[in-house]
Amino acid sequence: MGRKFNVLDHEYVPKHIKLTKEEAKRILRDLNIRISELPWILSSDPAAKAVGAKPGDVILIVRKSPTAGEAIALRLVIPG
Amino acid sequence: MNASSGDELKAIKAIKFGVLSPETIRRMAVMAVVTSDTYDEDGTPVRGGLMDRRLGTIEPGVRCETCGNPPQTCPGHFGYLELARPVVHVEFVKIIYMLLRATCRKCGRILISEDKIDKYLERIERLGKRWPLLQHRFVEQVRKEALKTTECPHCHAPQYKVRLEKPYSFYEERSEGEVVKLTPSDIRSRLERILNRDLMLLGIDPEYARPEWMILTVLPVPPIQIRPSITLETGIRSEDDLTHKLVDIVRINERLRANIEAGAPQLIIDDLWELLQYHVSTYFDNEIPGIPVARHRAGGRPLRTLAQRLKGKEGRFRGSLSGKRVDFSARTVISPDPNISINEVGVPIEIAKILTVPEKVTVWNIDEMKKLVENGPDNYPGANYIIRPDGSRVDLRYVRDRKALAETLAPGYVVERHLRNGDVVLFNRQPSLHRMSIMAHRVRVLPYKTFRLHLAVCPPYNADFDGDEMNLHVPQNEEARAEARILMQVQEHIITPRYGGPIIGAIHDYITAAFLLTQRGTLLDKKTAARLLYSAGYKGDLPEPVIKWPKEYWTGKQIFSLFMPKTLYFKKIASICAKCPVCTKFECPYDAFVVVQEGELLVGAIDKNSIGAEKPENIIQLIVRDHGTDKGREFMDTLFRMLLLFLDLRGFTMGLDCLKIPKEAETAVEKLAERGEKEVEELIEAARRGELEQLIGKTLEETLEARVMEKLSAVREEASKIVNHYLGLSNEAVVMAATGARANIVNITQMVALLGQQSVRGQRIKRGYLNRPLTHFKPGDLGARARGFVYNSFSKGLTPTEFFFHAMGGREGLVDTAVRTAQSGYMQRRLINALQDLHVAYDGTVRTAQNKVVQLRYGEDGIDPSRSEHGRPVNIDRIIERILFEEGERP
Repeated sequence: MGRKFNVLDHEYVPKHIKLTKEEAKRILRDLNIRISELPWILSSDPAAKAVGAKPGDVILIVRKSPTAGEAIALRLVIPG
Repeated sequence: MNASSGDELKAIKAIKFGVLSPETIRRMAVMAVVTSDTYDEDGTPVRGGLMDRRLGTIEPGVRCETCGNPPQTCPGHFGYLELARPVVHVEFVKIIYMLLRATCRKCGRILISEDKIDKYLERIERLGKRWPLLQHRFVEQVRKEALKTTECPHCHAPQYKVRLEKPYSFYEERSEGEVVKLTPSDIRSRLERILNRDLMLLGIDPEYARPEWMILTVLPVPPIQIRPSITLETGIRSEDDLTHKLVDIVRINERLRANIEAGAPQLIIDDLWELLQYHVSTYFDNEIPGIPVARHRAGGRPLRTLAQRLKGKEGRFRGSLSGKRVDFSARTVISPDPNISINEVGVPIEIAKILTVPEKVTVWNIDEMKKLVENGPDNYPGANYIIRPDGSRVDLRYVRDRKALAETLAPGYVVERHLRNGDVVLFNRQPSLHRMSIMAHRVRVLPYKTFRLHLAVCPPYNADFDGDEMNLHVPQNEEARAEARILMQVQEHIITPRYGGPIIGAIHDYITAAFLLTQRGTLLDKKTAARLLYSAGYKGDLPEPVIKWPKEYWTGKQIFSLFMPKTLYFKKIASICAKCPVCTKFECPYDAFVVVQEGELLVGAIDKNSIGAEKPENIIQLIVRDHGTDKGREFMDTLFRMLLLFLDLRGFTMGLDCLKIPKEAETAVEKLAERGEKEVEELIEAARRGELEQLIGKTLEETLEARVMEKLSAVREEASKIVNHYLGLSNEAVVMAATGARANIVNITQMVALLGQQSVRGQRIKRGYLNRPLTHFKPGDLGARARGFVYNSFSKGLTPTEFFFHAMGGREGLVDTAVRTAQSGYMQRRLINALQDLHVAYDGTVRTAQNKVVQLRYGEDGIDPSRSEHGRPVNIDRIIERILFEEGERP
C-alpha cells in the first residue's frame, strides 16, 4: 500500500472535531441537550478513527449547508 | 371526554411482550377442546368441540354460558387444546436456533465462562438504565461470542453444530457426519435446562419468556368472536378459516394420540407428528416459505390464518387501524366554478341534506333550531337527528309530528342540522401527496350533483375535470373546526412549503386573459371598464382615463392596477420575453419588462411569471407576504372573476387557422427538411467511406448516430424559428404558449411545421426487423426517414410509417409515466414511514420520537419555507429595489 490516506482531507468529508470532555459538556449544556439524545457514530467509522475518537467521546461536525451556509452537528461515539 | 363515565385516563408508559406459558394458557381458558366435532346433526354445538357455547356467544338472544352476558357485552373466552406431542412455534424458530447454539447441549449453560458472565451481566444492567439501544447491541455481541464457542466452559462437553432446516426442523451434526434430528421434545428439554441468569445475558427476560414456552405443548383456542361462522341465505353454515385450521389441528392431534396409545410404529407416529407441526405452523402463518400453503380442501383458496389477518395493506394494522371508513364524508365528481371563492366548495344539495353538523341549542339559536327540526330530514335546510341532554337520539325520519317535537327543544339539546353555507369542511383529492391535498373549504350549497371548486385550487390538488372525484369530510366539533379554519383553510396554503412560492394562482385562461388585458394597446371604454369592475365587485372610483377625447378610454393596465394594493412594488421579466441579447428594460418592444410601482402597473404585460400558479416571487406571493392571506384570497377571487369576463367579452378562440403559415413559410420548412435529409445522407456516405472524424470515446457508429441526431434536432429548431417568425402574438396558439397559459412552442411547431425525431430510449428508432425498424425500408438504411424522423406536421398529417414511429415514442412515454408513479409512490411510502415521527421540538431542534436530535435547527437554518421568500428569510434584492425607488429612481 502506498501513502496512508486521511479521509478528512477529502473534499466531500466535512470537518470532524473531537471534543474534550469539558468542551463536550459545555456545548451540550449550552444547547440543553443530554448526551443520550445525541445521534451515534461508530468508533469504527473512518472519520471517527481519523480524529482518534473513542467510545464515549463527542464529535463536532462542521459541514457546508445549502440553507445555512455552515451547520454543525454532534455525534456520540459508540463502540462498534 | 365523557365526564359522566367516571373512567380515568392513564398514560401508557410501556408495553412488554412475552410468551404464554402452558400454565397460563390453561389458566386463561374456560374449557379444554377434546373433540374435532363442531356441530351434531341438529346443528347444536358439540360440548368440548371448537364451537362450544362456553367460548362465547355471538348469536343474538343467546346468553354466554361462561359469563352470562348477551353477545354485545360477552368478550369471548379462550379454550385450550392439549397437544399429544409438543411442536415448535414457527414464529420463534430463529430464537430457538440461537439458544440451541449459544448454550451447552449437555449442561444447558451459556457458552461463556463464569467470570465473564458476571462482568457482562453487570454491564447489561448498567446499559439498560440509560442506553437501552446500546444494551441491545451489546447483547448481540454476547450472542455472537457464545455462538463461536465450541466447548462448554462449564462442563467441557464438546458442542456440535446445530443446523436449522427452514422452516422448523433442527438437526445436530455430530462427529463423523452423523446427523441426528432434534425432535421438539428434545429441543424443549434442552431449553428447559437453560438458567434464568444465562438468559438475561442473551437478551431474554425469563420471567416473561422462558424459552421452553416457545415449544408448544398446549395450544390456546381463541373465542368464536375472533372466528365467527356465517350463515348464508341458503341456510348453509360456513366456518371461518381459523376454525377450519383448528379443526385440522384437533383432528390430527386425535389421530396422533390414538396411534401413540395403540403403540403404533415409530415411523407412523413421526409422520403424524410432522403433520401436526405443519398444521400448527400454518395456523400461525400460512405464507411460510418452503412449505405448501394450507388450502380450503384440496386445491381451494388459501386459508387466511393469523399472520395473514395482520399483514399487508388489508391487514389489521394498515387496513383496520391506520385506515378506516368514516362517517360524515362524501365523494362525487368535481367540476369547475369560477364564480365561487377559492376558499369555497360547492356542495350538492342532496349531499348537504345527508351530512350534518351537531349544533348545541342555546337561547340565541333556539328559534332557528326549532325551524330546522320542523323542516326535518327531507326539506333543506333541516335536521336529521336530535340528541337530548340525556344522550338519547331521535331520528327525525320517523317522527310523525315534528312541529310538536320542535316545541320540546330547549337549551342543552343538540340538533344535527344539515350542512349549510359557511360551514367548514375538509376537501381532499387522492393521492394525498402533500399537505395541500387536504384543505379546509367553506361550504356553498348548490344545485346539481357535483362538487364545485375554484380553478385556482386545481394545482395543489392536481385536479382536472375529466372525471376526477374528490372527498369531503365534515368536522364534528369546535376544536376540529377551529383547527381546520385556522391551519387548513385554502388561503393559508397559497404559499407552498415545498419551495416557498405560490401554488395557488392563475392558470390557463386566467393567464391568457391577464395578458390580453394588460398588453399594450388594450383600450376599454367606460361601459366595458365599468362592467368588468362591477363583475369583480369593485366599489371604488374609475381612475383618470388615458384618452379623454373624443371618447374616454382606459388601458387594461389601469384596470388591472385597481386590484393591487397601493403599496405594491414589483419588477420581473415576463414569460413572453424574447430573450434579446441586450435587454432594453423599460423600452422592451415586447412589453415583457413588468414594473409595478405603488400598486400601479407601469409597463409590461402580465402573464404566467407575474400571476401564475407555481411561479415563485410573483405578484400573488408579494400580496400574501406583505398584506396577508385574506388580501391574497380577495385579490384572486376578484381579479380572476374579472379576467374571465374580459376574455368572454373580447373573445378568444384557437382554430385550425391558427396553425396556418404562409406559403413561403411552408416552402421554407420543406426546403429546410430537404436540406437536412441531404446532409444526413452526406454524413452517412462520409461514414461509409470512412471519412467521418470519430468523436472521442465513441465508435464510428456512435459517432454517426450523434452527428445525425445533432443535425436533425437542428432541423427541428430551425423549423421552430421559422414558425416563430411567421406566427406572432396575434396568433391565439402562440399567445397561450408564450404567456405560459398552456402548451409551448415545440407543440406549435409540431402542429404547424414538422414533428421531428421520434425516439425510444433516447435514441432514434432502430428496433423492429433485422437492421431496419419496418419492412418499408431497406435493411441498413440509416437515413432520417428510416429511423423515425417525421417530416410532416400534425396539421398536414403523418404517413403510415411516420405514424407508427410516433406511436412507438408515445408508448414509451406512457409506460414511463406508469412506472414512475408506481416507483415514486412506493418511495414516498417508505420515506413517510421513516420520517413520520420527526418533529420540531420547543427548543427548535428536530428530534425523533425517542427524543434523539436529528438537526440542531430545522433545515439547519430554522426557516419555515412556507413563510419564506422562495427559501430565503428575506429577499434583499427586492428591498434594495424598493428603497431605490423610494429614493427617487424612476423610469
